[in-house]
Amino acid sequence: MSSIKHPELSDIFNKDEERVNWHDDTLWWIRAKRDKAAHGISEWELLRETASQIKNNVLSNLHNYLIEFEEKAQKNGIKVHWAANAEEHNKIVLSLLQGKGINQMVKSKSMLTEECHLNEYLESNGIDVIDSDLGERIVQLAKEPPSHIVLPCIHKKKEEIGQLFHEHLGTEAGISDPQVLTETARIHLRKTFLTRRSALTGVNFAVAETGEFVVCTNEGNADMGAHLADIHIACMGIEKLIPKKKHLSVFLRLLTRSATGQPITTYSSHFKKPRKGQEMHIVLVDNGRSVQLGREDFRNSLKCIRCGACMNTCPVYRRSGGHSYHNAIAGPIGAILAPNLDMKEYADLPFASTLCGSCTNVCPVKIDIHDQLYKWRQVIVKEGYTSSAKTVAMKVMDFTLSSPTRFKLAGKIGRWTLKHAPFTVNNRLNLWFKNREMPEAPEESFSEWYKRNNSI
Amino acid sequence: MRVGLFVPCYVDQFYPNAAIATLSLLKKLGVDVYYPQNQTCCGQPMANSGYEHLTKNCNNLFIDNFAEFDYIVSPSGSCVLHVKDHLHDEKREADATGIRHKVYELVEFLTDVLKVEKITATFPFKVGLHQSCHGQRGLHLSSMTELVDQPFSKPMQLLNQVKGLKIIELTRPDECCGFGGTFCVAEEAVSAKMGKDRVDDHLMNGAEFITAADMSCLMHMEGILKRKNSKVKVLHIAEILNAE
Repeated sequence: MSSIKHPELSDIFNKDEERVNWHDDTLWWIRAKRDKAAHGISEWELLRETASQIKNNVLSNLHNYLIEFEEKAQKNGIKVHWAANAEEHNKIVLSLLQGKGINQMVKSKSMLTEECHLNEYLESNGIDVIDSDLGERIVQLAKEPPSHIVLPCIHKKKEEIGQLFHEHLGTEAGISDPQVLTETARIHLRKTFLTRRSALTGVNFAVAETGEFVVCTNEGNADMGAHLADIHIACMGIEKLIPKKKHLSVFLRLLTRSATGQPITTYSSHFKKPRKGQEMHIVLVDNGRSVQLGREDFRNSLKCIRCGACMNTCPVYRRSGGHSYHNAIAGPIGAILAPNLDMKEYADLPFASTLCGSCTNVCPVKIDIHDQLYKWRQVIVKEGYTSSAKTVAMKVMDFTLSSPTRFKLAGKIGRWTLKHAPFTVNNRLNLWFKNREMPEAPEESFSEWYKRNNSI
Repeated sequence: MRVGLFVPCYVDQFYPNAAIATLSLLKKLGVDVYYPQNQTCCGQPMANSGYEHLTKNCNNLFIDNFAEFDYIVSPSGSCVLHVKDHLHDEKREADATGIRHKVYELVEFLTDVLKVEKITATFPFKVGLHQSCHGQRGLHLSSMTELVDQPFSKPMQLLNQVKGLKIIELTRPDECCGFGGTFCVAEEAVSAKMGKDRVDDHLMNGAEFITAADMSCLMHMEGILKRKNSKVKVLHIAEILNAE
């Protein structure tokens, strides 16, 4: 567990301003691509509203849809497992592999397995895991967690990736040409695909009506893994359900336009039943989701389809980097999901926002992200997860502002100090002053001016 | 029509000119405007920091000062949004609800209630308009780049009536400046960087003045401009609409 919080981690990230600019520009470019894609569809807002309502329906009837999905999936020949938490999930995956005597697994992108820390668990149990999504593979080689749910290595420059490939995959030193690097990864992964007997994929959408699930990738790596393996394990959070197959027509249009500005993912792969001789498993994971479902103010965060649009648009995320959120899911959506898992550990995240509201506007399923950030702040304070210094400061503020006399006196003292003893304010203890000048103190406040000019 | 002028606490103390301009602009437009002298603060700094439960006294005072008016007008989108979203009082909920419906940010009061079509102001400078998030995304003072919507802008509608004024185009027309209340010190590094980037957008596009319907964003950007020794100044939109 990390003890360094978002403000400190962001401060470190901001020591290299050039890098912050680069990170900000890269993600802003993706946000701009998203805008272009969204504006190309006149019924965009209607699509968002429809998706939101479908997901609201799912959340209100989740118990029924889960049972329906399980039944249909089993009929299709898929084995269904239920995991109450990350630990159970990890154990299920391990036992499936051990049951087949498998000690090597290829994995396509799954944020759920990041949330459950599956890689570490499997590795500590003697299973070799290779991530097959290029971005995931890069952060795996770097021994880092992903910094973004869609673009896991967006924090890395191509030169740094070249260096990693030089160290791990034997490319020439100094190569940073994306074409060469991608080709290297391709050859390296091809070998992995051909030799692994087990593949784990995530799930983007699971259809209750048919018992099938859909995995969206741009690299086709989920298909490569699953089609060649003897055993395909798909792991999903219980909120990934949609009622009917036709609803995919709404979500597939929204997902990638919101994520990267593409009209659709290169591969939207439907898995319905195992091929002859193959085993197919689905692990349905709760891990705090039913608790979140029970929190009235925060339940609709479970509508999230993991597009990452809120990260790309977030001015704070772009300037603090994904790792500053010290959680598998970064950015605004991470900040409203994480406190549900561990309120103390993630008490800082709802405060890592200006509440500008851009996240809510880009969200394809209309999660009121910035309102939930505000509400989490109230919960975190009430549960006692803020510093006592802050509580004292707020109580002093309330004491001052609840009396016009005290407020006016405090204002007068403040302005006098700024004017006559600026050194007491313009120093290192004042965080405002580090990069900004203090406002100039006027001779008189507005209320003093008003009194002078409008004597009643 | 009796209008109560709500002057946010930090405007009262540090930017009296913005409030004076608001008052004289409203008077110029024939509004019967009053300034209740016992007002302090809407309580937003505490609420946004997670201490909404400490805002009862502020709410109480706000109702004491403003319940009697037909409209309440303020030169701050952020404070108005806070009142609209969070003003409650167990004992006087009807008054609180009334206030939440009749509180207006200055620009929207001018365009939507007074329906001002002719501003007699002159301001022969190149001006960058900063869209404050709470005014824009909260009060819908203008369309937003994220949404697929008809473009509109209430502040622009007014600024376009000012003689001599030239609006500059921004590279990112509605990105947050990074002030964010206590965020500006709690998350100092990101806040300052956001402010620098926002200011640079205005500078690179040739602004001589930066204006907004919220003084708090401007206070933050002014701090950065001054640190850079820039000659570019910030002015509340009321000061421009009232400029002669």
